[in-house]
This record gives sequence, C-alpha cells and structure tokens, in this order.
Amino acid sequence: MYRYDEYDRTFVAERVAQFRDQVRRRLAGELTEDEFRALRLMNGLYLQLHAYMLRVAIPYGTLSSRQLRMLAHIARRYDRGFGHFTTRQNIQYNWIKLDEAPDLLADLAAVEMHGLQTSGNCIRNVTADHWAGVAPDEIEDPRIWCEIIRQWSTLHPEFSFLPRKFKVAVTGAPNDRAAVKVHDIGIRMHRNEAGEVGFEIIVGGGLGRTPMIGKTIRPFLPKRHLLSYLEAILRVYNEFGRRDNLFKSRIKILVHEIGAAEMTRRVEEEWALIRGGALDLPIETIAAIAAQFTPPPYASQPEGVAEIDALRFGEPGFARWLKTNVAAHREPGYAIVTLSLKPEGGPPGDASAAQMDAVADLADRHSFGEIRVTHEQNLILPDVPRVALPALWRALTALNLATPNAGKVTDLICCPGLDYCSLANARSIPVSQRLTLRFNDLARVHDIGDLKIKMSGCINACGHHHVGHIGLLGVDKGGEEFYQITLGGSAESDASLGAILGPAVSSAAVVDAVETIVDTYLAERRTGERFLDTYRRVGAEPFKERLYAAA
Amino acid sequence: MPLLKNGAVIDDKWRRLADEDPLPGTDAVIVTLARWRADRALAGRLGPLGLALKNSEPVQALAEELHYFELVVLEFPKFTDGRAYSQARLLRERHGFRGELRATGQVLLDQLLFMQRCGFDAFEIAKGQPVEAWRKATASFSVFYQPTGDGREAVDSLRRVLGGRA
Repeated sequence: MYRYDEYDRTFVAERVAQFRDQVRRRLAGELTEDEFRALRLMNGLYLQLHAYMLRVAIPYGTLSSRQLRMLAHIARRYDRGFGHFTTRQNIQYNWIKLDEAPDLLADLAAVEMHGLQTSGNCIRNVTADHWAGVAPDEIEDPRIWCEIIRQWSTLHPEFSFLPRKFKVAVTGAPNDRAAVKVHDIGIRMHRNEAGEVGFEIIVGGGLGRTPMIGKTIRPFLPKRHLLSYLEAILRVYNEFGRRDNLFKSRIKILVHEIGAAEMTRRVEEEWALIRGGALDLPIETIAAIAAQFTPPPYASQPEGVAEIDALRFGEPGFARWLKTNVAAHREPGYAIVTLSLKPEGGPPGDASAAQMDAVADLADRHSFGEIRVTHEQNLILPDVPRVALPALWRALTALNLATPNAGKVTDLICCPGLDYCSLANARSIPVSQRLTLRFNDLARVHDIGDLKIKMSGCINACGHHHVGHIGLLGVDKGGEEFYQITLGGSAESDASLGAILGPAVSSAAVVDAVETIVDTYLAERRTGERFLDTYRRVGAEPFKERLYAAA
Repeated sequence: MPLLKNGAVIDDKWRRLADEDPLPGTDAVIVTLARWRADRALAGRLGPLGLALKNSEPVQALAEELHYFELVVLEFPKFTDGRAYSQARLLRERHGFRGELRATGQVLLDQLLFMQRCGFDAFEIAKGQPVEAWRKATASFSVFYQPTGDGREAVDSLRRVLGGRA
C-alpha cells in the first residue's frame, strides 16, 4: 500500500500546525464561527447535534494494521471508545472536543492520516473498489489512480471553494463495486479495441434530493491524461455550476440542465487547451505510484484444506460464513474475507476500540497487515490464506465480527441519522437495529439471498437509499418519524434508481413493511432470482398490493 | 481599505470609477467591463487603466485586450464563491497577464495562499493583520501537490528531479 515519503509527511505535519493555529484563533475569538466553519470543515471537523464530529480520511478504504491501531487509540482517547465507518470508506468520531482536535490530528499524522477534504465544498476523499488489487475480475488496481488523484486534489488552490462537494470514485473491474455511476465523477477502467487500458469518464451522477445516474462524457481516456481531464471538468464546474441554490449546486444539476452533449463539448474544449501540459502524467510517476501497490509476497498454498471441509459440515455457522463472507481471490489458495459490522441488534458500521485492535492483530497474522473499509460499512481482510480461515472464523466469532450476512438482508447500510446528525429528519440506527433483530434467523436470511437495504435519515441520502434494492428514507410528518420506501435501486454496473412504492409508513410499521416486502418477493420469485431480479420482472404492483391492501 | 501587495500594506493609488462618473485626466482608475465595452475612448487614454471583472464574466473574451490594463480586479462576493480562482489562473497562465491581479470582496486571511497560488498578488483586506497573515500563509507550507503558474515546483516534479523516494 502507499507509504508517505518525506514530502507527504512534511505536508501533513504543516497542515496540523496550521490547524492548531486556526483552533487557537477561534478559541481566542479572533475568528468568527462562520469564518472558522470553512476552516474546520476542510479538516473534517463538523459541529453536530451534541458535539464536534471528526471524519478521518481513509484514502480508497485501505488501512494498515498500524493505522487501525491508531484509530482504536483515538476512539479510546478522544471519543467514547467507538468509531463509525461510513459509506465513503471513512471513519467518524462523534464526541470530539474542539480544543483536543489538534492533538488528535497530530496523532493521526504520526500514522500518515488526516481529516483533509472529508468535508467542505472541495474534491473529497477518493473512493475505490474495496476489493482493489485482489478481485479476480480486476483489470488494474484502481488505487494507483486514486492515489494520483488524491495528491493532485490535496489543497488544490483553484478547486477548494467549488459550488458544492465533489466526489470521485474509481473502479478497475467490470463488476462495479465502487458505485461509480452515482458519483460526481465516476472512473471506470477498461480496455479499448487496441488492448490499451484507459478510463471511461462518467460525470454527473449522485444521490441526495435529486438522484441521477451519471453520463459518460468520454468513453476512453488514455492514462497519461487523467489529471488534465479532471482539471478540465472541475474548471467547467467551478465556472458554470449553480451557486444560487444549495440544492441545485452539484455537478449533476449542471449536466442535467445543459445536457450531456453540451457538458462534453465544454469539457473537451477546455481540455484541448491544457492537455499535454504540466498535468501530463509521466510514465515514471505512474510507475512510482504503481510500485507502492505491488501485491504482498504470496506463498504457495495447499489445494484443499481438510479442516474447512470438516467444519463446513459440522458447523452451520461456518458454512454460512464461508458462503457469504468469504470471496474468491485472484491468487490461488487465498480468500477475501468480509468482517461484518452488522451484528444482530448493533448500529451498522460501528466498531469498538477493542474490535479495531483485535482486527489489526488478525490482519498482521493472516492478511499481510492490511485492512479495507467498504462503502457498505464493513471491514475486509483482503489477503487471507484459505488454510487460516477456520482460525480466523473462530477469532472473528469471538469478536462478534463473523455474522454471516455480507450482501444479505441484514447487511444494511445506514447514515448516523437523528441520533447524531443535525440534518436528519428521522433516526436510522434504531430502525436498522430493529431490522437486524427481526431478521435474526440466519437460515431465513440465507434463503432470502442477496438483498441490499439502504437507509437515510434525510433527503441528503448519505445512506444511499435511492440505490438500495429496498430504500428507506426518513421523513418528518408533523413531528413524527416516517419512512418512505423505494424499491428497485442498484449502485452496481446495472445502476438504477429506486421508485417510491407508496405513502410513507410510520416508525412503528416500518419493520413490518420491510418484512411484507421480503415475503412478497419470496412468494413471487422464480428459481435463482435475486430480490432485484424479481422486482424488475414483476414490477411494483404485487408489493404495493400486499403492503397497502390492509390500509 | 488596506491593500496588501507583495507582503506589505501599501497605499492604493487606484480609484474605482462608477459607470456614470466622468473620466479624470491621468489618475489611475478602475472601470467595469460594461464601461470598457461601451466607451472605446478608454483605449486611447494616457493614465493607468484597471478593469474590475465580476466572477460571472468570462476572461477568455478579453484575451486580446488585456494589454490595455495594468490591473485586473477579481471579486469574491462571498469567500465560499471560488469562481475567481479559475479566472485568475486563466488570466495568468493562459492569457499571460502580467499586471497586478487583485482580490476584492470577502478576502479572508486563510485564503491568501490559495489566491497567491492562483496568481493574485494584491489583496483588499477588511480586517485582521494582513502582514502577519501573509507571512503565515506563505511560510506555513513547503510542499505543494499541483502545478500552477506560481513558480513553485510541485511534489511530483521534485520527486522525479531528485530521483527516488525519500
């Protein structure tokens, strides 16, 4: 994985010193809250309902065990012993004191981490396929490009006061696990007819109150041009993006209003003037960054593992876990393991300091010291020898991190909601906890199969409800929490936006409603159909009928 | 309002001319784009001429006329409105403007470095300690990740020139 050099280290240390001075000036009254707001946001510090929240960047979701131990330390030292992994592969701490924030950032800097560009109207922390580098279907490791983008976008002087926040995601595989079509810019690596690897550039996707699927403005961009092309897009957006209405300020609205063809024309016109210039990527630069993402020293592994076969028959829990939480690896004898942060009754995406420390140890023992964070709010050990799976499963079971539900009904993602967030209309964590309790029969969970539930506590859609197979959106109805249900969304290669099923349901009724929807699917499905397949085949009617018939 | 230029607070010799004001003899005056477009006599004037652009007025259209101006003023109506950063880079890096490039409006001290990196060299500052802020802004970072026209070497080229990784 990428290690900082002297330049990166110096930069982050200078940034910490700068922020320490800004906090001092705020506490001394030299800065107004309004002026300070922009500065703290650029360091990932939000003022929430009860306290400051700090969002720490985990570039493209890759962590070393040393970094994860520091995140545990921060949870213990500056928070209440927990951290919350987010849908943008970051981690948030919800109980931070302003005067301690500079020390916290200094601790993070010691392990090459920071909160830069995790908020504010700038180019945010870049996200990637959480299976980057290990997925069997991958063309090239997308993190090389994320790292190049991370460096270029870091404190970019021209693009730090954009009309609105700006999110970029990169996938290096045909199966999109990075949701690139619902980002401001989505980058998909692929091969052209000549066999060269380059990028498809997708612009103007996004969720929020006006969800849109992104449009391809360039089917193939050679690698060396990536940064100049991004700079051209950002420059067009900075000039023409709407600034008169907060809710219309994302690039998706610009693309929608002027059309994809005009957007393409403007970007290409700007790019023609800067391509081949100072942002042209030299082969040595690409090679130097790529060298930081070379695979770990894999060893040859035995073909079959007798203990796995024995456990598979003896332990239904292990058999289920193997089926859902263990995925095929590109290297023979290795596996990708998902650590579920969605235990029965737990807040999705939360991890305790003790769990983080333990996962760091397990990563050292079984996965070359590397951990990934997924946008579905789970953790991953990317390089586990299959022979270690039984021991790992036992260890994870003891840590309550082995719930065999990856990709299933209880692997739901949700935003912090009204328990923490000052924007939310409704709570999301308690609803997700009730859902995991309702669907606590693992045999049933496995029978239901692949099903993504995504929940947001307000229209800003941090929980990606528009692209959930079942989406839940918290709304306020006369001071009461209600939930609007959408069906049929997807953030993957077959991206689609969910359609509203009918009137919102009350908090008391929402778990029953989800169960009714799941039961309707089970009654309607044909052999081999996932929830989404059945919905796409039969449409909303049967679901509507079952859910609203009684009303 | 104090004018910060090249790290010092200096007297501002320039005067903003409202569109209806009569043109003075040879004083240094700043006119709007509308007046520049309407009054071709300005082009033959002897005194120094400055141009104030709104951040919605594209600089590309002025490429052939920039040599008339010793000063271009770009505006930050709110510090969160960053359009003038792009205007500044285009003026400097694409159109080769070498005169004074001045930031006006809500110019916050913590934005000085971004502005300077984009090509601004003069700043109208409403409050605070501009000289001290300038010293801090230009001294607080020694590492820059992206090439702009400010003359600083970006990290990537340093890495390649110095060879290898530290």
